[in-house]
Amino acid sequence: MADLAQLRTEAEAAVGAAGSAAELEELRVRYLGRKSELTQALRSIGELRPDERGPVGKQANEVRRALEGLLERRTAELDASELDQRLTEDHVDVTLPGDPPVPVGHLHLVSQIRRRMEDIFVGLGFSVVEGPEIEYEYYNFTALNHPPEHPARLPQDTFYLAEQVLLRTHTSPMQVRAMELKEPPIYIVVPGRVYRPDTPDATHVPMFHQLEGLAIDEDLTLADLQGTLLAFARQMFGEHTDVRLRPGYFPFTEPSVEVDVSCFRCGGTGYEGSERCPTCKGEGWIEILGSGMVDPNVLDYVVGSGYDKERVQGFAWGMGIERIAMLVYQVPDLRMLFDNDLRLLEQFGAGP
Amino acid sequence: MRVPFSWLRSYCDPGRPAQHVADRLTMAGDKLERLHRVGVGDVAAFVTGRVVDAERHPDADRLSVCKVDVGRGEPQTIVCGAPNVSAGQTVAVALPGAVMPDGSTLGEAKLRGVVSSGMILAEDEVGIGEDHLGIMVLDGDVPVGAPLAEHLPIADEVLELEVTPNRPDLMGVYGVARDLHAVTAAPLAEDPTEADAEPRGADSADEHISIEIDPEICLRFTARVFEDVKIGPSPLWLKQRLTAAGQRPISNVVDITNYVMLNTAQPLHAFDLDEVRGGGIVVRRAADGERMVTLDGTERAFTSEMALVCDAEGPSGIAGIMGGQVSEVSDKTTRVLMEAATWVGPNIMRTSKALGLRSEASARFEKQLHPEQAIRAQRLAARLMVDLCEARMVPSAVDMYPRPLAPRSVELRPERMAKLLGTVVPADEVHGILDRLGFEPRDDDGRVSVTVPPWRDSDVQREADLIEEVAHVYGLDKLPTTLPARRAAVGRLTPNQRLHRRVEDLLRDRGLGECIAYSFTSPRALERLRIADQPALRLENPLSEEQSVMRPLLLPGLLDAAHHNAAHGRPALALFESAHVYRPSGPLDRAGTGSPGGATPALERHHLAVLQTQALPGGWRSEPRPADFFSSRALVEAVLEAADIAWRPESAGQPFLHPGRAASVVAAADERDIGWVGELHPSVAAEWDLVGPVAGFEIDMDAVAELSEGAERVYSDVTSFPAVLQDIAVVVADETPAAAVLAAVRGGGGPLLAGVELFDVYRGEQVGEGEKSLALRLEFRARDRTLTDEEVASLRSAIEAGLAEIGGRLRG
Repeated sequence: MADLAQLRTEAEAAVGAAGSAAELEELRVRYLGRKSELTQALRSIGELRPDERGPVGKQANEVRRALEGLLERRTAELDASELDQRLTEDHVDVTLPGDPPVPVGHLHLVSQIRRRMEDIFVGLGFSVVEGPEIEYEYYNFTALNHPPEHPARLPQDTFYLAEQVLLRTHTSPMQVRAMELKEPPIYIVVPGRVYRPDTPDATHVPMFHQLEGLAIDEDLTLADLQGTLLAFARQMFGEHTDVRLRPGYFPFTEPSVEVDVSCFRCGGTGYEGSERCPTCKGEGWIEILGSGMVDPNVLDYVVGSGYDKERVQGFAWGMGIERIAMLVYQVPDLRMLFDNDLRLLEQFGAGP
Repeated sequence: MRVPFSWLRSYCDPGRPAQHVADRLTMAGDKLERLHRVGVGDVAAFVTGRVVDAERHPDADRLSVCKVDVGRGEPQTIVCGAPNVSAGQTVAVALPGAVMPDGSTLGEAKLRGVVSSGMILAEDEVGIGEDHLGIMVLDGDVPVGAPLAEHLPIADEVLELEVTPNRPDLMGVYGVARDLHAVTAAPLAEDPTEADAEPRGADSADEHISIEIDPEICLRFTARVFEDVKIGPSPLWLKQRLTAAGQRPISNVVDITNYVMLNTAQPLHAFDLDEVRGGGIVVRRAADGERMVTLDGTERAFTSEMALVCDAEGPSGIAGIMGGQVSEVSDKTTRVLMEAATWVGPNIMRTSKALGLRSEASARFEKQLHPEQAIRAQRLAARLMVDLCEARMVPSAVDMYPRPLAPRSVELRPERMAKLLGTVVPADEVHGILDRLGFEPRDDDGRVSVTVPPWRDSDVQREADLIEEVAHVYGLDKLPTTLPARRAAVGRLTPNQRLHRRVEDLLRDRGLGECIAYSFTSPRALERLRIADQPALRLENPLSEEQSVMRPLLLPGLLDAAHHNAAHGRPALALFESAHVYRPSGPLDRAGTGSPGGATPALERHHLAVLQTQALPGGWRSEPRPADFFSSRALVEAVLEAADIAWRPESAGQPFLHPGRAASVVAAADERDIGWVGELHPSVAAEWDLVGPVAGFEIDMDAVAELSEGAERVYSDVTSFPAVLQDIAVVVADETPAAAVLAAVRGGGGPLLAGVELFDVYRGEQVGEGEKSLALRLEFRARDRTLTDEEVASLRSAIEAGLAEIGGRLRG
């Protein structure tokens, strides 16, 4: 029956052109309904000659299945496109902020820098230890080779709570405490608060933070100190940073050295364009810490825990965390760091 | 220390510019603070001239119209206001175009109708001194028209050096020259204190003066006597050196004392010998409350610690710090007693600090000078007294030096130095450096022996000190850069440090901002918190009452921060701090000199505290949620969950908390009270000008760390057999705490009740007056089987029975 093929072509074209579910339903009734040509054809198969029934029946069923499949696919297509259209109409302004707002807070600037320093030295093989801030004069001065008449002991330079009890003026007393607790070798850094009775101004406050370092082993040298601090400086300030040792003076190190880093702002040239670099004041170098080889007199105070000055030696340093924070973030006034003003603290992100 | 470059170069001249010299000194330990220019801007327009003619100005009595030959054809016409100008003088002239010390450029000027082409100069106009009363008159044999700079130091540079406390020798120009010599090897001129003046006469100093000292406070006292002293202004070269170094020229005798001090670091004092009452000087301790007027016109009171220089009638000076007005040198002085003494450095420092009086002399004495330096300074001063004041030096000196110090010998092992520095300094370098520094090195069987020169005695006493000397001069820039071989060092944070970071991060990630507040607080703040009666540690010497107490809790710092931010437009905030707090642990005083053996003087604990005025900020479709008990409690829950600690709140207050909305935080493991959580008492919050609910918590992180240790966990099977979930509503009296309901449910459910979660609290029509309904989700689970309906039903009955015991019943 030639008209079945024609019927299929015609139906396929109509279904393909249908634009809505209603049209498709109408087409389903027209081509597959009880009164449709195809249904009629299938019903009248019995009237055919026996040898024609097989092929005609097969063809009619094929056409039916094809049309049913096509209708189903077309319905799905129309559904999907209708959904898409609905969803497109249901758009939101993606530039509005998230809600409810769940902000991320921040670590204090000093904590951020302290953590970065700790992590660098942990990577270099140092352990982090902490100690008391209310300290005995013995640990803060005496065992650090400050003679009894040393001016730093005067109440003009040290807060006292009682005879021989004070607020530590540096993190260095932990050097002695740590050596009392552990035999050499020792590799430690000590972050923490320290106190000095300085009248507050842009570069002085009565409380600030230091990070102390101490390394004692059999054969540590001043050259090792330079290498350790160079490794620190490059991670802290950038891989092109250089360090420079300058002679210095501290009671508990000998030789004593001041350590400068090449200015990370101007690259050590001292100039930004034709202007003097404000970070290094045109010098190209920035003083960041004091250090040196641990004085043999200090080792004598802990000889009982195995620190024989003829057998072990090492180096120590102390640096101001605020000073580095102020340099790195260009904060102009130290006092600002302790106002806890969110307008300042929020400028530096969540922190590491 | 201000070091005039021309003065420095007169002793050691490496032939390099000042900046280069300063850089070398910096790298040797004499750090340059600033390089100053002093004097005129450009020496070119300054010449010598001769006054050919000086006539009174026709229209001005005080001005002279001068003709000055400056060696350039016709004499210049220069109008001069100085009273001492007269024909025939050789003078210093600035020609038009000259740049003056203040940076201005001299032009031709019309003065009362007469055009003046230049200026005849007074001292202050070229920065030599301060004298502006008259012009400078030069020696008659100075040629006319010569560059002025060849005859007068009218331009100089000044190196301002930072001197470390161990180097009093660098408080003198010659000491700096010696360091410069050591680092550059440029020749060093003879020590100006070597040569002495010729005494004249047959008398001796001790006939003119008697001296008595207390050897505990005065290590040496030397005195020389000068007669026929002619007081007058100092020569220009001396004035220029003093001015450049920052000292005001006064008169030749006073200038000599200052000059010798600036050159050698040894301060001197000149007395008018005729004004020394009783002809004798006594050095003694002050009586408590004794008073004197010092040279600066201030009356000062002393204590018995302080050393005074006295004559027969009382104190005439504070030893080593400042003289008095009694026997000051004046214009009428003809007999001078020159004192050069050595004091006990720490004593001078204490006195200076106690009196709040610091002088050039005390800055040097407090660093401990060597007694040898006193007599050396006398020699230089004597030559200048004879040369500049035409004085007669009376033979011999009075020299009280009861306990002479022996020269110190120190040995240096080269192999020890190499081991410490990480590099080998060649032997000849070691010798050269020590020699140039004045240490007289000698080879001694493989070791280097030195004799420490007196000016370095306080600083160099051991091998380590000598190694430092060599390293500093040899050049730290020559050191290799190496890393420690590090055989046994493994770096890591301790569990406690990681716990601190974890809870700080947790609060940060929930939107809180970290604060760092001062560890001090005020007694007033503790009063406002109503805890003034609790023990706290007080500083003996606080900067202010506001910072006089060590804080016993973190809360006041957070309240200050909240107050500050609220006052600056940020009333809604959530802050935390993680830091030490301090309490007394017993008597603080400690007798004894040895190590405390690791003990700590006070009770210091690490606390974590939160203060919130807002739980969650509002958005464009949500309201902000104010802080309350539950918002802070949620943070405690999170922190202690992160620390893996079981705890419960117990209704108990703190004086500063809302009595109905606060609890203490109690650890389940050992019933320890580890902190508080709650809303602040509105009256307390109001003390910090905070309105609306303020909530927070404070917990002892040291206790948390101890409790957090060692919680080991093992696997528990939750996949093999399904759980049975059931929701129930429990009606109880309003005052029954939720915790009691949960405990009753858990008690009834037994081990097969794997979990209970409270998800709603209801009060209203559907329950009775004075009652509430708690909605709970129950999770029943057995490890070894699937629970049957019958088993669950019997567990529910048991729960119901448990609830009945606390007056509860199931609803619906």
